[in-house]
Parts: sequence; C-alpha cells; structure tokens
Amino acid sequence: MTASLAACGSSDETGAPADGTTGPITVFAAASLTESFTTLGKQFESSHPGATVTFNFGGSSALATQINQGAPADVFASAAPKNMQAVTEAGTPTTFVRNQLVIAVGAGNPKGVTGLADLAKPDLKVALCAEAVPCGAAARTAVEAAAVKITPVTLEQDVKAALSKVKLGEVDAALVYRTDAKASAADVDAIEFPESAKAINDYPIAVLTNAKNATGGRAFVDYVLSADGVKVLTAAGFQAP
Amino acid sequence: MRTRVPLPLLIPAGIGLVFLVLPLAGLLLRTPWSSLLDRLAEPEVTTALRLSLVTASIATVVCLLLGVPLAWLLARVEFPGRRIVRALITVPLVLPPVVGGIALLLALGRRGLVGSWLDETFGITLPFTTAGVVIAEAFVALPFLVISVEGALRGADTRYEEAAATLGASRWISFTHVTLPLVAPGIAAGAVLCWARALGEFGATITFAGNYPGITQTMPLAVYQTMESGDLDGAVVLSLILLIVSVTILAALRDKWLA
Repeated sequence: MTASLAACGSSDETGAPADGTTGPITVFAAASLTESFTTLGKQFESSHPGATVTFNFGGSSALATQINQGAPADVFASAAPKNMQAVTEAGTPTTFVRNQLVIAVGAGNPKGVTGLADLAKPDLKVALCAEAVPCGAAARTAVEAAAVKITPVTLEQDVKAALSKVKLGEVDAALVYRTDAKASAADVDAIEFPESAKAINDYPIAVLTNAKNATGGRAFVDYVLSADGVKVLTAAGFQAP
Repeated sequence: MRTRVPLPLLIPAGIGLVFLVLPLAGLLLRTPWSSLLDRLAEPEVTTALRLSLVTASIATVVCLLLGVPLAWLLARVEFPGRRIVRALITVPLVLPPVVGGIALLLALGRRGLVGSWLDETFGITLPFTTAGVVIAEAFVALPFLVISVEGALRGADTRYEEAAATLGASRWISFTHVTLPLVAPGIAAGAVLCWARALGEFGATITFAGNYPGITQTMPLAVYQTMESGDLDGAVVLSLILLIVSVTILAALRDKWLA
C-alpha cells in the first residue's frame, strides 16, 4: 500500500513530495553496486526534492555485520541472499538483479587468457574474493564447476579490491562480476567463461525493519525496481532476475 | 601523605582512562570464553598468530638495523635538510596505513618504481609474499623506533662521547662502546613500541601484501576476515587472543628490559 503511494508521490513535481519522502536515506549496498547505485541515487534525489541518499558500499558480509551491530541503515542491497538472511532486521527482500562472473585481465590481455583453465597456470598471479563474500562464493562454485585447481595469491575482501589488484598490474587476472569489469573497461578486459553460468548471483534488496526513514527507504527501493532503475542497472551489465 | 589532585585535572584524566579501557571491557564482556581454547587450537588461528609474531619480530630487527643509524644521524650530525628528513620520517605516523599500502605498491609493486626493476632483473615480486608483510610492518613501525632512539640520544650526555674521542676512540668505536650502551634503554623501549605497532598492522598489509592464509594473513587480517564472514563471536575471540599474546609479551619485556 505505502509502496504504491510512494511511487505515485515521486512523480509529483510541485517541490515538497506528498509522500513524505524527505530527509536522509541511508543505503548499505554491495561494492559491485557502487557505480549503478551512485547514478540511481543522484536520479532519485533530483526526482525527490528534499531527500538525500547516502551510500555505504562494501563487502556484503561486512555490511550485514555492521547492520546487525546497529549501524543506521534504511535499505540493504546485498550481492547474495545468504548475506541478506544474516541481517536479522531485514524486511521482505526482493531480488532485483543478477550478476555473473568474468575473468578480468589487464587491458589487451597480455597473458592471453582464454578461459578458467588458464588461471591454473603457475606463472599467472590470480586474485579471488574471500569465500566469505558473495563474489568469492561464486568464484568457488565456478572453479569447482570447471574442475580446475586455481591457487590465488590473495583473497580480497570485496570485488572492487580484487579488481584494483588487476588495475595496478599486481595480479594477472581476477574473477570479478561482469558489471565491475564493465565499469573499469578502460583499464581491464573482461573474458567471459561458460562455467560462470553455474554461479549466478541473485541480488536481494530490502527496507530494514528498524529503518529510521522507512518511507524514504521504501521509495528508494521502489525507484530501484522501477523502469528507470532497471534501465541504469541493465546498462551497467546486470541481468534482470 | 596523599597528593591533592586538582579536580580540573582529575576529571578529564578519569574520562580519558575510561575512554581507553571501556572498549577493552566491551571486548572482554562479549568474549565467549568457552570457545577461546578451541579457537586457539584451530590451525588457521595458530598459523596467523605464528605469522604475526614472526613477521613483527623480523620487522623490528629491520627497524633496529635501519632506524638506530638514522636516529643517530638525526641526533648527532648537522646536515642541510635535517629538519625535512625528520619531517619525512614522521610521515608514516600520520599517513593512513591504507595510503601507506598504496604508496608501497606504487614503489615496490610489480609495476612500481623500484618493484618493476626488481621483477625484471631478479624476478623478485614483493606483494603477496611474507617479505611483503615484513616491509609493510616495518614501514609503519620504523618512525616509532627512530623517534624513541633520537629522543634518547638527545637526552644522553655527550661528554662521555667527547671523553672517548679525547682518549683516541674513533667515531665508530665511540658509537658502539659508549653511545649504544648509554641509550640502550631508549633503544629497547623503541623496539618494543615498534614491535607492538608491527603486530597490530592491518591497512598497509592488506593493501600491499594481500590476504592469503599461511603467507600474508596475519592476525589482524584474520580478525577482519572472520568479522567479514559474519562471525562476530569468532572475531572477538581472535581479537582477544592477539591482545593477550601481545600484552603478555610486552609485560614480560618490560620487566626484563625496561624496569
């Protein structure tokens, strides 16, 4: 009920929104959502005068822990359902996008990586996400599906950290989401590999039950689920659920 | 006879003490004590703890070898730009450790200033190695040693050194036989501080050396990883193990060297 009202209110151009969508909205979101949610936040603010959206991007597990320890969040968008379930005060989550892994390599693919099997070569330095975070769990599933043995040199705490090790040239390859590779297309090439189809991540989003600004949070979630939101997310490389 | 403490001093001092002790109390009260020993028996924990102790100790030795001469130079030799050198030494103290890690990557990483030369000439890469952990720890801990030792050198009476010189001792002999014994307590205090800082190092390590169990995952990284995985109890227990080990060693050293 409130949701549909809020969605109507957002088209009100008179200035002060009729739905009470004002004040600060705090959104905790997976690191892989950084670019698309930053864009969505700006668009949301311009269509909801008086509302400001503040983001806290990070590894989904760390965000879940922060929320459970009382961090003031209104909305949580996780890169995997598991981390959403871990949040004790999450409302009813909605799956809003899905993401798939790619192999990120330096621009021009200097080591000629063609698939997951190449990452098992001993002269190749590989960064993976730690298994505790969704990109690491997905990487494990994909690697197991491919039946290759990859020994990474580091287990990074979120997908952006793994990607930056590729950008810096410290590792030759990393398993990251397609969206992250796309956002850094100037510095890295993305190599698609078939086994990633077995490790697709569902991204749930929810307004937290203890949200200080539940109305604002609800309106932001509705905006993410709206046609405008879907447009930004698919342009970033996310798949519809 | 009790010293009368003025209230304007007593109140902020008390608040300061509570401010420092309260978080530790939070850690202690939250600890699932029953699982402490179980955790201590886990190979991942012992591996990380051993790696922490070994790397912090090697980093301290590195800091002693580089830091004592540097402190001596600052305290005893007039040279142009000495103030700038002293200011540069304190930079790692105020630099956020993550920034230190990035700076180390840009200098010693595979594409770094010196790192690319090391890689091409000798095939040596420092990131993602235990040596990388030692470098990250030494980078953040060295200023602590230099500042302590420089302070000790400045406080030391130079007349003994002058006497040694008049008796014909070279500067090196005078340094090893007179100066070093004179400032030994200052060096020990600096080394302990340096070791403690190295043991707690996190930001530069995870940025420069990465995180891999057995090779670069020290205790602070293991604590972070455990916290990341949503296991708060586990993170608390690991924190406490690190705290107990470091306090025990520091207390033992204090009795032995710094009494």
